[in-house]
Amino acid sequence: MAQNKKPKLAVWKFASCDGCQLSLLDCEDELLEVAGAVEIANFMEASGAVVKGPYDLSLVEGSITTPHDAERIHQIRRASRFLVTIGACATAGGIQALRNFSDVKKFTSIVYATPAYIETLSKSTPISEHIPVDFELRGCPISKQQLLEVVSAFLNHRKPNTPAHSVCIECKLRGNVCVMVANGTPCLGPVTHAGCGALCPTYDRGCYGCFGPMESPNTKSLSEGWSRLGAKEGDLVRAFRSFNAYADPFRKESEAHEK
Amino acid sequence: MTDRLHDQEYILDRDHLQDLLDTLRNSGRRVIGPVLRDGAIVYDDLASVKNLPIGRTDIQERGLYRVMHREDQALFGYNVGPHSWKKFLSPPRTRLWQGDRSSGMVQISNEPPETQKMAFIGVRSCELHAIAIQDRVFIQSEFTSPPYQARREQTFIVAVNCGQAGGTCFCMSMKTGPQATRGFDLALTEVIENGRHYFVVEVGTEAGMTVFEQLPHTVAGEAQKSAAESAVAAATAQMHRQMDTSDIKDLLYRNYRNPRWDDVASRCLACANCTMVCPTCFCSTVEDTTNLKGDHAERWQRWDSCFTMDLSYIHGGSVRASTRSRYRQWMTHKLATWIDQFGTSGCVGCGRCISWCPVGIDITEEVRAIRKSEESFLPPTEGHHGDT
Repeated sequence: MAQNKKPKLAVWKFASCDGCQLSLLDCEDELLEVAGAVEIANFMEASGAVVKGPYDLSLVEGSITTPHDAERIHQIRRASRFLVTIGACATAGGIQALRNFSDVKKFTSIVYATPAYIETLSKSTPISEHIPVDFELRGCPISKQQLLEVVSAFLNHRKPNTPAHSVCIECKLRGNVCVMVANGTPCLGPVTHAGCGALCPTYDRGCYGCFGPMESPNTKSLSEGWSRLGAKEGDLVRAFRSFNAYADPFRKESEAHEK
Repeated sequence: MTDRLHDQEYILDRDHLQDLLDTLRNSGRRVIGPVLRDGAIVYDDLASVKNLPIGRTDIQERGLYRVMHREDQALFGYNVGPHSWKKFLSPPRTRLWQGDRSSGMVQISNEPPETQKMAFIGVRSCELHAIAIQDRVFIQSEFTSPPYQARREQTFIVAVNCGQAGGTCFCMSMKTGPQATRGFDLALTEVIENGRHYFVVEVGTEAGMTVFEQLPHTVAGEAQKSAAESAVAAATAQMHRQMDTSDIKDLLYRNYRNPRWDDVASRCLACANCTMVCPTCFCSTVEDTTNLKGDHAERWQRWDSCFTMDLSYIHGGSVRASTRSRYRQWMTHKLATWIDQFGTSGCVGCGRCISWCPVGIDITEEVRAIRKSEESFLPPTEGHHGDT
């Protein structure tokens, strides 16, 4: 890579809570290093100063929920050489994809004083349903270490280390005792994508599936395991229907347990 | 036939077990043994006999593990838990080297050789066999792992004979226990009877003798030896799980296309727990990392599993894309191709893969099902190709 010109980094926001892009600011110790390695060209959360595109690396947060955003994402794609979606909203539609299982008009009529002003799509969808995406980084929120890993891999022209295997492997690497086997705690770890470092099981809780489905999730078998531990159909619907509700394997599993 | 220094057996009183730990520590060893943590008996640093799982045992079944109270104050009255000694001999993550670039030159620094001596307390017979299997993989095969070899050669092993069988144990079938017969420096059998609590000790090596000589001890009498034998016999009698290993290599080779693989794949989570807890599974991957500036790189080795897609990823795809092919690969390697590759089975019958499978898949049951299916199912005779 030519060292005289730093690659331009842009951060874009769609329907989201901002938590994922905040993990870039949360890098603290490494933030100066990031600023040294890239030109932060568009990052409204950090600075109002905007450098014109095109951009070498775009980080896209949030899901597509409005007709306007469905247009805007195409402009961003055109202005970006390498586009990475970050977080459960951008990769799976996010918690707001719960609308996909219902009628969004029912919500707008309750929440807003003048629902007629609200122009929204019937579904919240991941970025990859609208444009080609070069890389997806999972998590609700993403792990800042993994974000740095992706940026570092991009800058150094290598593959990022973000394994798609289960959270169970992360538990075992840490020496954790399996909460499901040793305590009967229902856990989504066996069907969930690694990346959090097995945060919840480390604190004796079952995995909530924040990183979405792992590479080959057998959700049906895990649901049967949960049932043996006493989980009811409604528990299974709620377990699979959270931050990654609209990710295909989780969506199908929650629908299978809905009356 | 027990592989030990001589026929003499000794008595070490329960109250002098701390002396053994102290002696090992004073000789510069990191003392590691069973401790109770997070609802399981795991292997970790062991400061004192007081930290052993005193008066505890465990119940284990398919996909189930619970620690329970015992009626006595046994120190080793439990069976193997979620950890195995590979955690220390072949750690989950190890840095292999790091490199720095400055003014166009790359400087590689290798990791310094491992110098920390270790002592393992409470190694079971199946685990001695597992360590011997990993020795074959990492030391006695075509390529050696110098870090493993260094750790291994500096490890002092205090074995403990099992006085009970766990719910998922099947070492009898694999001929790996419950009596420790080789690969130990000292082997203890815990005896609690008539108000006495002591260990019958066998010495396996000169290093074992050097340590043991420093401890207060007596020579074991016939009654004490026979009490130790009864303890191990109790474990033997208790063990109900079995795996018929006759003809097992050919059985699995013959059944490459058995529909049972689809059945187990419908239950298998491909979560890799079985391989992580297995004391012989040795697969690892390497991860290369860089800093943002690109002037510092590191290569790390970490545990991997044949249940991940990445393990068989070559040139654009995974060779074993289906869970069926991955489960079959694991079980066939463990019980059959391992024999061709390393001269022994890769299974020691510890039962960890059964207890720690979140959905309770039982390798002994899978073997039984395949064996039984041959009665009604005639496998095709073609060889192993192309089927994932």
